[in-house]
Order: sequence, then structure tokens, then C-alpha cells
Amino acid sequence: MTLAPERTAPQTIPAHASTKPNGINPRLSVTSLTPRPQRPALKKSGRPNPAAHLTPEQIEGIGVELDALRKQVMDSRGERDAAYIRKVIKTQRYLEMGSRAVLLFSGVKVKGFRPAWWIGTAGLSVAKILENMEIGHNVMHGQWDWMRDPKIHSTAWEWDNASPSSQWKHSHNEIHHTFTNVLGRDNDLGYGILRVDEDQRWSPFFLFQPIWHVGNALLFEYSIAAYDLELGGYLAKRKRMSEEEKAKFRADAAEVVAKIKRQATKDYVVHPALAAATFTGSARHTLTANVVANLVRNVWTNTVIICGHFPPGIATFEKTSIEGETRGEWYLRQMLGSGNISGSKAMHVMSGNLSHQIEHHLFPDMPSNRYAEIAPQIRDLMERHDLPYVTGSLPKQAASVYWKVVELSLPNKVEGRRRRDIVRLSLKKAWKKKSLGRF
Amino acid sequence: MPRARLGAHAPGPIGGVVRSARRVVEALATPLVPGDYLDLVDPLRAGADLRGRIIDVRPETSDAVTIVIRPGRGWIGHVPGQYIRIGIDIDGVRQWRAYSLTHRADGSPAAGIPAGCIAITTKAIPDGVVSNHLVRRARPGTLVMLDQATGDFCLPTPAPEKVLFLTAGSGITPVMGMLRNHLGELADAAHVHCAPTASDVIFADELHGFADSGRLALTLNLDDEHGVLDLARLDTLVPDWRERETWLCGPTGLLDAAEAHWAAAGLADALHTERFRPSTIEPGEGGTVTFSASGRTVEADGGTPILDAGEAAGVLMPSGCRMGICFGCVVTMREGAIRDLRTGDITVVEPGDELPVQTCVNAVAGACDLDL
Repeated sequence: MTLAPERTAPQTIPAHASTKPNGINPRLSVTSLTPRPQRPALKKSGRPNPAAHLTPEQIEGIGVELDALRKQVMDSRGERDAAYIRKVIKTQRYLEMGSRAVLLFSGVKVKGFRPAWWIGTAGLSVAKILENMEIGHNVMHGQWDWMRDPKIHSTAWEWDNASPSSQWKHSHNEIHHTFTNVLGRDNDLGYGILRVDEDQRWSPFFLFQPIWHVGNALLFEYSIAAYDLELGGYLAKRKRMSEEEKAKFRADAAEVVAKIKRQATKDYVVHPALAAATFTGSARHTLTANVVANLVRNVWTNTVIICGHFPPGIATFEKTSIEGETRGEWYLRQMLGSGNISGSKAMHVMSGNLSHQIEHHLFPDMPSNRYAEIAPQIRDLMERHDLPYVTGSLPKQAASVYWKVVELSLPNKVEGRRRRDIVRLSLKKAWKKKSLGRF
Repeated sequence: MPRARLGAHAPGPIGGVVRSARRVVEALATPLVPGDYLDLVDPLRAGADLRGRIIDVRPETSDAVTIVIRPGRGWIGHVPGQYIRIGIDIDGVRQWRAYSLTHRADGSPAAGIPAGCIAITTKAIPDGVVSNHLVRRARPGTLVMLDQATGDFCLPTPAPEKVLFLTAGSGITPVMGMLRNHLGELADAAHVHCAPTASDVIFADELHGFADSGRLALTLNLDDEHGVLDLARLDTLVPDWRERETWLCGPTGLLDAAEAHWAAAGLADALHTERFRPSTIEPGEGGTVTFSASGRTVEADGGTPILDAGEAAGVLMPSGCRMGICFGCVVTMREGAIRDLRTGDITVVEPGDELPVQTCVNAVAGACDLDL
């Protein structure tokens, strides 16, 4: 499942080019030099525009209010927050060391089952999830850069994941967070292999997307690595690429391969070998424990992440709608383009506080332990402006996405045409072109 | 400083085994390094980044304390008169400051400082984030970051025949480092120390002890009694000051005046000074951005992000979202002041403090120097 989309915004063109009329990025300010247009009632696709009722002045007001809230929280960062992240890091490291120590005896059988395997695997799964979500993701967002601790810094962190942090930061922090849910700009919208919004063009490739989706979840760390590497784009465009672009890809690919090699050596060679040295027949079981822990982490992170932008009620945006976008309009798009997961405190920590996806997308560099605190204010602001604050339990949100993946594997309903005719016709075309319309 | 690890450089099979074992441990720890795990257990171990643990905070005057620190095993020692930089987390933010060392360089106990510990003394200055924290809130048990000692404000060997120490306020600290270590080697030492009042004299008892034993000719200039020191009075306080090699430490005003005074006497070479790091950076609006690695300078106004200013001048700038969220444009600022265009917050970086900053949301405020 190493498919990644073709980037419509190649890196050689600055990502801001279309939004920078006066030299300085309009997203730096909630006010605009030129009057901003009223949003149309309907999007080009004919679906209703969820922010059509807001005037440009109201959107500016939302921007002012959110800037003030951000400042209030950022100014109050302090010892309590620093202690929080250090405690999480310390807990995670002890949990990982402890779990791995227990796994050294994972082969020992007691009354027909292997308690060390179960305990060690559970511990290691939780440790890997914590490392990826509450620590890695958030540190790499620069949420803790303000502490000026060079060891807990966005420029220095490397995470327990196949994707090298530098490449992930580019595709996630820069592309996804800037162009959230903009069709054709934000490739996180289905990762190039899923159709998760009716406004995404259908092709026969998506008929099989329930399979792609499950495969993607199981191998999530590798598909993220391939995605961050832009492997799909390379495969599709390599004949048209310059030598320079190809060299860049090769260097990036070498970096990914080296990272995957280091990760696999640790999980699948060195730790099992160490377990072999205990002479308890634990090598094989340590290996399976690592495989299972990585699978659990993959499926969990995938489940949390699909709940962030794919559930029903979350809006997508047309490319043209973000031209000259101000900071207030960007805030508005983040609120409409994200959804939360409700749950316990443990659930929030295990999701890296991505359960507060709306708050995270508004303020990606705010320490994650603060999202819960501002969530009521964000919800209130959205309700005051008659904007849908999408939230629900993890099973509910995840099930809705799985259902959507099934539903949108078929083309949209069109008045006067049967869907099966559309499918049949396009399959015929695909047969002729020997292509499913993707890659 | 890279440290030689046990056996790793040994020739033959031993070195090979040690190196292989190290590779295995590194493979176990990836993507972290083994040190990240060892730091949890023993942050002061040999081979770790240099740290120390505060073991005592003792008041010297009403607004000055001595901080006694047990340094990590990587501590390589100092020459009396030198200073160290200490990094301490205050309100969650790591702040670095330089302080003179006052303990005995041979590691023996002195002035209540236990063997093997290092000591600094600091006086709370108005609005001083670090000095106020150290004086009012620092607690034993706190872990601090350390740099190795540095500085050339030291006595030569052999020490000159006749020496004058001229100090004011907490400028006494490097000189106290010298006195505790070298007083016995000094044949003729005079000391003029200035303080606002008698109760503000740091190390007063110890200084009087040196004076009473006849080893130090001590003069206290107390502002409330004698007025602020007029250097012309040196002729009466230490009539032979011209024959003495002088070590001077105190506030900028005194340093400037003394340098002029010694120069006027044609004795500039006989004066050794230690300046407290002055805060030279006054934030302004707009200014000069220096890209020191590429040797370019750019004038920018207070509304233009440094990223845009640099790009316009043809500097190859890392960039990303251009709105402050992706941290893809972060560059190390060596010194200067910048203003966050979103919030108006000013960030000042003093020389030696290096800070990674986002160029896309910050404009220059006065001047800044970037490592690019």
C-alpha cells in the first residue's frame, strides 16, 4: 500500500504563490488591504457552503477573537506545561524500556499462555502510540520549541516511525496544515487513494477503496512514509521530471530506506536477538510482539486520524476559494475542515490530543495539553456563528468514516442516470485505456 | 568536547568488541540515542551533556545568594577568575547566563562549599529574570545545564609582586574566586571594593578575615558613607596604584571610567577588566538583518517578515507555510531583536545565546544576525 498522490503544487513553486498579492502573505493578518468577497451560497459542486451566512466583517471578528485567545494561552505557557511534556516523555521511555525488558521473557509459558508476551506487547503498543502521537507529532509541530530545550525541539526530534521527521514535517505541517481540506492542495484528503468527499472526482480505482483503506490502516507507517516521500507523484511523473528533481527524490528515498532499515533492525532483529540470549525461547515471541505493537500503533493512529477530517459534516474547499485568504478565513476553514473525538482524558492523551482536532488545527503550535482547556470557548464561538462543531465518540466517528469509504467507492448519484450505468461505462473506458483512472 | 569512551579506541579485538557493543546499544535505542535513556537514570554521568545539581542556596546579603552546584562527571575544572554559563528553566523556558566561579579550583572545600562542588554568587538586579529566580526561588535539587569554564580574567603564574583588585557590587565574585585560591601566593595585594551600604557587601566576613590576617589591604567604599567612588581618590586609598597590576570588575560605568583613568595615566596595559555582559540590544522598529553565513545584510522595515526580506535579497531561505504554523523556516538567530508580526511580542537574543526562530512571522526589531 505504498501509494502516494501526485502533488498538484510542485515544491519548486512556492506554496504561497497564489495567496500573496502584495508581497506579504495575507494569512499573517486577520485584516485585508482589499475588501474580501462575500462567500457564495453554493459551492461550485452545487453543495451548500457552510459559511455562506457569514459576512467578511464577521469572519474578521472571528479572526480577532481567535488571535486574542491564542495570545492569552501562549502568554500563559510555563512551568506546568514544561513539567507535563517532560512527564509524558519520561513515562513513555520507562514504559518502553519496561515493556521491552518484559518481552525478553515473552516465550515463558504459564498455564498454557504467555503472560510476558501479553503484558510486553500491550506496554510496547501504548509506548509506541504515545511516542508517535502525544510526543512525536506534537514536538515536531513546534509545540514545545518555546521551552528552548534543544532535546525537545521541532528541529531535533526524530520519531519511532518509518517516515523521517524532516519529510513528515514538510507534508504534514506545511502542506496539510496550510491547505487543510482544499481539494487538489491537501493530499491528506484521502491520501490519494481514498475518496472521502463527494466533491472529489470519482474513478473506477475507488471501487476498491474499502480494500485500500484497510490496507492503508494496517501499513499506516509505511504508507505515510511513501506519502511523505511523494512516491506516487514520482511514479506518475518520473518521465517528465528534471534530473535535479530526480536526484532530490533519490536522496529522499535513500533517507526513507535508511530510516526503515534502522527501525526494522531495532524491532525485528536486535530486540529478538537480545531475547534469544535469555534462553527462554523468547526470540520468536519478541519478534511477534514487535510486529503486533507496530500493527496496533498503525491501526490506532489511522483510526484517530481519519476521524479528524473525514467524518460527515466536515467541509472541503475549492482551490479558488482560498485566493488571498486572510488569517480569519484560514481560521474559519480550519474549524469547518476538522472534527473532534469525544472521550476520556486517557483517550485524549492516547490520541496525542488530536481528539481536539479543531483546536489543534486552529493553533497547531499550541501545547497539546491546552486544547482541552480552550475547547469550550471554541465550541461556543462556533455555535454563536452558527457553524457546526463536529464531534462524536471514537466508535461513532470511525464507523461513519468506514461507511463513507464504502459509500463513496461508488460515483455520486446523478439525476436521470443509474449509478451502475456510470460504473459500467467507466469500467469499459478503463478497460480500453488499461487504467483505473489513478496512477 | 568529545569524550574518549572506555576501550573504544583500543587497538585489536578489545576495541572491536567495544565498538560493536556500542553499535548494538545504539541500534536498540534508535530513533533516540542511548544517552536519552541513561539521562533518565543518571543525568550527571560521564559522557552526558554537562549538567549540575544545585545542592545549596545560601544567602550572602539581602539580595545576593551563593548557589552551590554539584557538577556532572564531565566537569573539567577551571582557573580562578573564569566564569561558566548556566542554563536554568524558569517558567518552563531555558535561560542561560554567565556567572563567575568562586570555589577552590583544586576541589578542596572552602567557605562552606563542599569538596568537588562549584559555586557562583548572584545578586538580584531589577527586572533580572534569572538573577531574581536564583535569589528568590532557586531550590536545592534543581538540575541545571552547564558549560565548561571560560574567560581570561585570571592571575598569571607567577603572580605579579603588587596587585590591586578594584571591584563593585557583585563584581567581587571573580576576584573572590582569585582570593580564595591565590591569596597565599600574593606578596602585596590591595583591594578596593564598592557597595551601596555596609550590609550590601557580599562576602563581607571573609574579606574582613583576609584583611585582619594582614594578607589583604582592604578598603571598602560605601556609597552612603563615602559617596560613589571617585577614581581620583585612588591616590589616597592606594597611593602606589600606578605600580600595581590591576584586576577590575564591576558595572559598566565604573569600567568605562577606570579604563579612561588608567589610559590617561599611560597604564592601560596594567589594567585587566571583566565586563558583566551588558544588555546591548535595544529593540526598535525595522532595521538591519545580517545573514552571517552568506555574508549579506538587508535593510527591512518593521512590517516585513525576515523571510521575505531575505528572499528579496537573494538569500536562499528555508521556508514553508509562511504563516507561522509549520516551523519549516526556523533559522538560528545569533543575536538581535525580532518582533512577532502576529502578536507584537519581542524576542531578544543576547550574543552567545543563539535561538532558533521562525523567519516567516518575525520582523527585525533593531538589528538581528542569522546563521544563514
